[in-house]
Amino acid sequence: MRLTGAHILWQSLLAEGVDTAFGISGGAVIHLFHALPEYPIHFVLMRHEQAAAHAADGYARATGKVGVCIATSGPGATNLVTGIATAHMDSSPIVAITGQVSTPLIGKDAFQETDITGITLPITKHNYLVTKVGDLATTIKEAFHIARTGRPGPVLIDIAKDVQATETEYSYPDSVDLLGYKPTYTGNPRQIRQAAALINQAERPIILAGRGINLAGAHEELRALVEKTRIPVATTLLGKSCIPESHELCLGMEGMHGEAFVNRATQDADLIIAIGMRFSDRGTGNLATFAPKAQIVHIDLDPAEIGKNVPADLPIVGDAKQVLTELVPLVEPGEHAAWLAQIAEWREDSARRDILNREFEELLPQYVVRQICEATKGQALMVSDVGQNQMWESQYYCHDQLNSLYTSGGLGTMGFALPAAIGAKTGRPQELVWVVAGDGGFQMNIQELATVAQEKLPLKIAILNNGYLGMVRQWQQLFFEGRYSGTPLLGPDFAKVAEAYSIKGLTITRKDQVRPAIEQAMAHDGPMVIDFRVEQEENVYPMVPAGGSISNMIRRPVPSEVKGAI
Amino acid sequence: MRHTLVALMEDKPGVLNRVASLFRRRNFNIESLTVGHSETPGISRMTIVAEGDDPTIEQVVKQLYKLINVTKVTDVTAEPTVIRELVLIKAHAAPHHRAEILQLVDIFRAQVVDVAANSLTIEITGNEDKVESFVALLRPYGIKEMVRTGRVAMLRGSNGVR
Repeated sequence: MRLTGAHILWQSLLAEGVDTAFGISGGAVIHLFHALPEYPIHFVLMRHEQAAAHAADGYARATGKVGVCIATSGPGATNLVTGIATAHMDSSPIVAITGQVSTPLIGKDAFQETDITGITLPITKHNYLVTKVGDLATTIKEAFHIARTGRPGPVLIDIAKDVQATETEYSYPDSVDLLGYKPTYTGNPRQIRQAAALINQAERPIILAGRGINLAGAHEELRALVEKTRIPVATTLLGKSCIPESHELCLGMEGMHGEAFVNRATQDADLIIAIGMRFSDRGTGNLATFAPKAQIVHIDLDPAEIGKNVPADLPIVGDAKQVLTELVPLVEPGEHAAWLAQIAEWREDSARRDILNREFEELLPQYVVRQICEATKGQALMVSDVGQNQMWESQYYCHDQLNSLYTSGGLGTMGFALPAAIGAKTGRPQELVWVVAGDGGFQMNIQELATVAQEKLPLKIAILNNGYLGMVRQWQQLFFEGRYSGTPLLGPDFAKVAEAYSIKGLTITRKDQVRPAIEQAMAHDGPMVIDFRVEQEENVYPMVPAGGSISNMIRRPVPSEVKGAI
Repeated sequence: MRHTLVALMEDKPGVLNRVASLFRRRNFNIESLTVGHSETPGISRMTIVAEGDDPTIEQVVKQLYKLINVTKVTDVTAEPTVIRELVLIKAHAAPHHRAEILQLVDIFRAQVVDVAANSLTIEITGNEDKVESFVALLRPYGIKEMVRTGRVAMLRGSNGVR
């Protein structure tokens, strides 16, 4: 079959099972868009290419399939960069397709020319520049294979404009031939036996579970390990929802804004079983003081993560699902009663300090998240932005649906939530999808409300509006003499902005309005934006100051320590 | 400690850029990097000399492996290895110094590859120690120009790095 490059692209995407793509058209991809109407692919027109990359990322996180985004050359391509970097840091499988100027013009500083393969070299798992139409189908095959296998990640394909218009004989390859790419999925049996021995001997073990569980779909295997051994699980931010969070052995999130009792358990543990996580600085705090008593078993698909930040006493390279499947039969049933009782005691102290366990009249952001959690019974797909809103979501939304939190963990990209939610909802239309964002981050991709309206996506959007770039303001308050420099933020009337996009908008200023507003949003069959005017200078507690030890958290004072407190 | 790594990679556009970019981004220190064809068509061979402690070098190796085009990385530092570098030196050679310089060339088993009125171009091959000594001895006469390829390495014995 003879086809032009443009048709080869769409045929190849169909062969890869793609039915949805996010992007923006443009001069260097005009051939692609000319051919598109002939294919059963739902194209979601975004309003900014950054949002297209986030939408592909959100789609990938929610469906486990490869997300696809498309942009034109030059500024279209460079606008993708933040979204690609976000996907790279969080191991999201996306394929980004960009148009490039025609082959004879490459290197001539042509109109809308940019070296996007050069630019994205360090933020993609791999990338390609296609200048011969004969290479196109093989390249697409390889790109999808690389994106979705091993440790997933973004792959970019830059296609010269003349390639899109040139005909060649098309046949889609059945397999890839990548000499240097052979991911290891199966753990070494000897190391797995050693891990089981360590687990069987441990008195104060803890599992630190990361996104690798969600990516590998190792939820059942993790749960089996936990329930057989009765070892408590703490998760990273991206590991949240890898086990139902109301499970008695789920401790919740560890790290900079994890609950103090979770970090205390990590610091006191004699064995850490780290699975599909990479010991990021936000999780470990100061490495010199991290988990001083613990031996470390580190299970990860990416060999380079093992020993990168924290030396492993026992490394296991492999897929979480496969390794846990081998490991569970080798471990002995455990009790750990004393250890669990100790953690429960620490947990009480954390509960005593929880602001929601006090009397309060103000409209607290934590209360908003908790109410969304209760109204949705912990079953919604949550897409959070970055900053205080993200931490409150992670602290107060108890995720009982597996793999149900999508947030920019590694790169910390403000503006992620709305477009990622567009991707998530497009990929899983039957699910209830909530966005939790701050007023700062929401304005970074606010234009995507137009996409929400055009696609008629019934997203429920909660803006925790405190009039500040709140997390930075919190740091300024605690560590920079209270000098609020570059953080006070004048936002628009978000409800009116929503109305301007034909989306229902609400403004909430009082605590007693919160739950009814949430119920109203859920009853409404379209999208809705709720602007919660929350306490402006509320802080995220507890916290580890950057570079500090996770043993020394700044805690919210208990009521008896606060003068005049209720 | 200084490590010598041998990396095999597919000869694809941009692969040198990928390796160089990796070293820069991960803050690894390269002393020298040499690349050329290997015995297998389509496969390039790179010799990298990098400075770092063992965990750092282990990271270098693992990160190199993550590059899709890289097929094999071997740290040959602790292995019996033939190490060579090729150097061209254009030395100032006034007529009354010429005999002394030629004597040095002879002692070091170097070769004169070009002669001009006031200069000699000398080719020397060897490990860094030999090259360094030769250069140090030539310096007093004046070195006009020098080019060094950087280290290439091959395991001794019948086994290759594949």
